[in-house]
Amino acid sequence: MKTINEQTNNHSPEWDLVIEPQSSLFELHLADVWRYRDLLWLLVKRDFVSFYKQTILGPLWFFIQPLFTTIIFTFIFGNLAGLSTDGLPQPLFYMAGITAWNYFADCLTKTSTVFRDNANIFGKVYFPRLIMPLSIVVSNLVRFGVQMILFFMMVGYYAFTGVDFHMNIFVLLFPVLVLMMALLGLGLGLIITALTTKYRDLAFLISFGVQLMMYATTVIYPLSAAPAKYKWLIELNPMTGIIEAFRYGFLGEGVMTMSTLGYSVVVTIVSLVLGVVIFNKTEKTFVDTV
Amino acid sequence: MSNTAIKVENLSKIYRLGEIGTGTISRDMERWFKTRILKQEDPFLKIGESNDRANKGASDIVYSLQDINFEINQGDAVGIIGRNGAGKSTLLKILSRVTTPTTGKINIKGRVASLLEVGTGFHPELTGRENIYLNGAILGMRKREIDRKLDEIIDFSGVERYIDTPVKRYSSGMYVRLAFAVAAHLESEILIVDEVLAVGDAEFQKKCLGKMGEVSKGEGRTVLFVSHNMAAISQLCKKSILLKHGQLDILDDTRLVINQYINLSNNESNVYKAKEEDQVYITEVQIDNYKGSFFHSDEIIFKVKLQDINFNCTIGMSLLNSDKTKLFTSIYSLEAHTKLIFVKIPRHVLMEGKFSVDFAVFEGEIVHEYVDDICNFDVIDIDSDLSIYSANTGSLKINCTWH
Repeated sequence: MKTINEQTNNHSPEWDLVIEPQSSLFELHLADVWRYRDLLWLLVKRDFVSFYKQTILGPLWFFIQPLFTTIIFTFIFGNLAGLSTDGLPQPLFYMAGITAWNYFADCLTKTSTVFRDNANIFGKVYFPRLIMPLSIVVSNLVRFGVQMILFFMMVGYYAFTGVDFHMNIFVLLFPVLVLMMALLGLGLGLIITALTTKYRDLAFLISFGVQLMMYATTVIYPLSAAPAKYKWLIELNPMTGIIEAFRYGFLGEGVMTMSTLGYSVVVTIVSLVLGVVIFNKTEKTFVDTV
Repeated sequence: MSNTAIKVENLSKIYRLGEIGTGTISRDMERWFKTRILKQEDPFLKIGESNDRANKGASDIVYSLQDINFEINQGDAVGIIGRNGAGKSTLLKILSRVTTPTTGKINIKGRVASLLEVGTGFHPELTGRENIYLNGAILGMRKREIDRKLDEIIDFSGVERYIDTPVKRYSSGMYVRLAFAVAAHLESEILIVDEVLAVGDAEFQKKCLGKMGEVSKGEGRTVLFVSHNMAAISQLCKKSILLKHGQLDILDDTRLVINQYINLSNNESNVYKAKEEDQVYITEVQIDNYKGSFFHSDEIIFKVKLQDINFNCTIGMSLLNSDKTKLFTSIYSLEAHTKLIFVKIPRHVLMEGKFSVDFAVFEGEIVHEYVDDICNFDVIDIDSDLSIYSANTGSLKINCTWH
C-alpha cells in the first residue's frame, strides 16, 4: 500500500465522515437536512422571486389561476352539466376543491421531476437531496396560502350576503389537512421521481395522470352525488377524504367520517415513508443512471 | 503532529457499459426477486467479480476505480493527475459524495467543500447578491456565515458595481469571478477542486491559484486538486497521485509523479516517414529521445535519415509553436552522401507548450524539399525560474544580459 504517511497513527482518529457503498435503508441523514435548513429557505425564496420577475402582474398571478378555473368550472360543470354542489353556492364549492386539489397536485407533479430537473446540480455538489423536494412543498405552501386568502375573501363575501353555510369546529383540522396534502403529494412524488430516473415513461404518465385523478376526486362533485357503483373507487382515492373534510370544516357540507379520514392518514404515512426511503436509496446512485 | 485527514481503503467503482438496467420493469422485478428473495446470484455481479484485467474486454463492466488505497495528511495539498478516463473525476465525485463507491471505504476528518464546477445552482434571474447566498448555501455555508463574509466575497469577485443586477446580464467572465469568489470563501478543512482554472482569463487564473495556495499553505487546510496544467500542480502541490486506468500508479513527490506521467504519454505523430522513398531527400525524421513530454531542462534530439544525395547542400530545421508560427531556424551544410544526421535543441530553451518542426533540404536559393509541421512534442515547464509565475512567459527562454 502506498501512503503519503508511512508511519501509522496509533490513536484512532475520530472521523467526521465515513463514505461507504451500502448503508442501511433507514439511514436518512435527517440531521444533515436540518443543518442545511438555510438552503431550504433560500430555495423557496428563489422560486418565489424568479416566479414573478419580469412579469406585469407579479404575484397577482397566484390569484388568476384559481379564479379563472373556478369561473370555468362554475359555467361548465355547474350551469351546463348541472352537477350537484350539496346546496352550496357553486363558486364557493369549486373554489374550495380547486384550492386544495391544486396544492396537492403541484406538490406531486413538481416533486416527481426533482431528479431530472436537478440532475446537473446534483451531479456537481453534495447537499441532502431531500432539501429539494422539501423546498418545493414549502414554495407551494406559500402559493397555497395566497390562494387561501382568495378563498377566505369569497367565504366572507357569501357570509356577508347571508348565504347559509355552517363553518364548524372541524375547521380546526385545517392545518392537519394541509400537512396531509403536502406529505401525500411529497410521498407520491418522491416514489415517482425515484422511478423515473430509470423508467422515463413514468414522467409522461404523471403529467396527464394527475389531471385524470382530479376527476376521481371530489373536486367538481360532492361525494354524496357520486354514483353508488363507483363510490368505492372514489373513496379509495386518499385525496377524497381530505377534500371532503376540508369542505365540511369550512362550509358544513361533505361526507366526513373517521374511517375515510383515517384511511387517508394511513395512505399518507405509508406513501411518505416509502417515498423517503426509495428516494434516499436512489439518491446515492442516480448520478450514474440518469 | 501529522494527522490523517482522508483515508481511502480498497476503493472501487464499477460502471456498466451500454444500457443501464435491463430495460423493463418486469425483468428488473424478476432480477430483484431472484437475488433478494431466492438469494440467487445476480448475473451482472458475477461478471463483475470474475472480471480481471486480462479479460476486461469481454465484460460489459468497467472499473472506473480499482482498489485505491491512500492516506492524505491534514494540511497537505495533493495533486491528482492522469490521462482522460483514468478515474480522476470519479474519485473526486466519490470524495465529494455526489456518487457512492461500489466497494471500499473512505474516512474523512473535517468538513469537505468541493468545487467540481464553478457557479453550481446560480439562477439567472436572481441578482449577484442573491446568488451569493444561494450558491453559498448549496456549497454548505450557513446564512450567518455568508452574512459575515459578504463584503469580502464581493470585494474578491471585483463585480461590485453589478452586484444588484441579475446574473443573466453578466458577462461570462464576471459570472465565473463571482462564482469562484463564493467558493473561495468556504470555511472547510478540506477543499476539493476540479480543473476550475480552465475557465477565466489569465489574471483570474492567477488569482485563483494564489487563493488556493493561500488556503493550503497559509491556513493549513487540506487541498485536493485535479488539473492537466502541470505547472499549476507542481506549484501548488507538494505531493501528487497518478491514476492510470483506474488504479493508483504512484503517490509521491509531485516532481517524480509528473515525471512518471509524462513517460506514460502516448507517442503518435512524432515520427515522420516519407511515403515514396525514391523521390525524396528526407526519408525519416524522429525524435531520438522521445518520451511523450519534455521538461524545460531536457534537450531534444532529432534523428534525420536521408537519401544518398550526390551533391553538397544545406539542411535546415525550423521550430514551430502551436499556432504554427516559426520561432527559429537552424541550418547546417551537408556533405554529399551523408545518410544520417542528428540535430539537438539545447536544454533550457523551450518553455511550456506544444511544438513541431519543419525540415528542408536546399541549395542556395533552390529548395529541393520542404516537409512542414512534423514530429509533434510537448514541453512542460516546472523547472525553469519562470515556472512559478502562472502568466504566459512565451515559448522560448533566451538568457539576456542585464547590467
